[in-house]
Amino acid sequence: MSNTNIRLIARLDLKAPNLVKGIQFEGLRKLGDPNLFARKYYDQGIDEIIYIDIVASLYERNSLVDIVKRTTGDVFIPITVGGGIRTADNVREILRAGADKVAINTAAIKKPELISDVANRFGAQCMVLSIQAKSIGNGKWEAYYDNGREKTGLDVVEWAKRGAELGAGEILLTSVDREGTAKGFDVDLIKAVSTSVPIPVIAGGGMGCPDDLVQAVNIGKADAVAMAHVLHYNKYSVNDIRKSVLESGVRTRRFET
Amino acid sequence: MKSIVIVDYGIGNILSVVRAFEYHNVTVKVTDSPPDVASADSLVLPGVGAFGDGMKGLRDKSLVEPIKEYCQKERPFLGICLGMQMMMDSSEEFKHNDGLGIIQGSVQKISNCGTDGTPHKIPHIGWNELIAHSGAEWKGTILNDMDPGTAMYFVHSFVSVPVDPVNCLADCNYDGLLLSSVVKKGNLYGCQFHPEKSGKAGLKIIDNFIRL
Repeated sequence: MSNTNIRLIARLDLKAPNLVKGIQFEGLRKLGDPNLFARKYYDQGIDEIIYIDIVASLYERNSLVDIVKRTTGDVFIPITVGGGIRTADNVREILRAGADKVAINTAAIKKPELISDVANRFGAQCMVLSIQAKSIGNGKWEAYYDNGREKTGLDVVEWAKRGAELGAGEILLTSVDREGTAKGFDVDLIKAVSTSVPIPVIAGGGMGCPDDLVQAVNIGKADAVAMAHVLHYNKYSVNDIRKSVLESGVRTRRFET
Repeated sequence: MKSIVIVDYGIGNILSVVRAFEYHNVTVKVTDSPPDVASADSLVLPGVGAFGDGMKGLRDKSLVEPIKEYCQKERPFLGICLGMQMMMDSSEEFKHNDGLGIIQGSVQKISNCGTDGTPHKIPHIGWNELIAHSGAEWKGTILNDMDPGTAMYFVHSFVSVPVDPVNCLADCNYDGLLLSSVVKKGNLYGCQFHPEKSGKAGLKIIDNFIRL
């Protein structure tokens, strides 16, 4: 058993300038200013922030960059940014705005060399391969893009392995089936991917309570957990989650507010 | 007001480092000018990515000699992540590359297994606790008043291996492997983790550095 601390990550989906949340990426509700949410979670001791621009239009790119820049002014933890990143130049722009890592899905599927290009130019540590997974039965999952709308025909485990070989430093694995449902993670999916790749896996999609996180780690072997619904709707504070997780025996950073 | 010079050689997320220093109300100058680097009162070398690219970035901007010159005096210096690794003599990342040679030592790949032989994930990413290196005294250093066991944010696949333990202030434990996390030689410091991304504890280290 690794002695690594499991990372608790807040995922903030953006439809700039707002934080939004849907169910299985549909029916988006506006929740407010993402910077205020990021700051709140930072103060509560979240380990990282992930911003995903779910509209990802070029037109809105400037407001995404502004949100990231504002966040770096008072949030001193790692920030990952995804959504609509297509080229190495897009990556440079986002990193210069203060992001530490970029999460890439669609562009990596269309052009897998982009993974190597980004890893070589900016370091593997900033290349997060984002995978949206839908169950197709028999312990298999298919990779999707465009917020779980478009099929790729790619097997999720094979694609994750290929991504790692191409130089991705981490995988952000989201279950489209569970996303926004608060019904718990797809633990089989997490385990299938995490035990197949040599790089860390961030499990996302479906967290409804701290015990879900414990399952994702103990059974699914997740290295980090992305949560949205539970935090955005004030079901639990980061502290509540950290406390329950520590009590269950899962290692995580100790944080005193 | 105290002035901090941050070296910009075209690699890494400099804005976060700038913001973390500005948080402490110091004047920050980001520069790639060799004379500005050589004449700084307090110098920070950030960096992420590959060792060879980092050294090439410094060479292309003629910054290697000014940094070495700076480090010969008693002024405060802080290398962060790749910036710490480049303080060593050399690295074996991809191929042999010379470093700045500020602290005797090399940069090596982190073993892909813990000490019990169980494979673990590389890069080593996440919050890991600082442990005092055997015999190291933190008082009066950038770790002044820090509690051992405070977690910092790490993200790296390679690690510095200083030759002389006298240069080692703190390590972290990754499945039994002790990874060098803070090095010191006089007023010259390196930290493998990102203080600018390690929350309030990281800001405290930056504050300690400013007060050197």
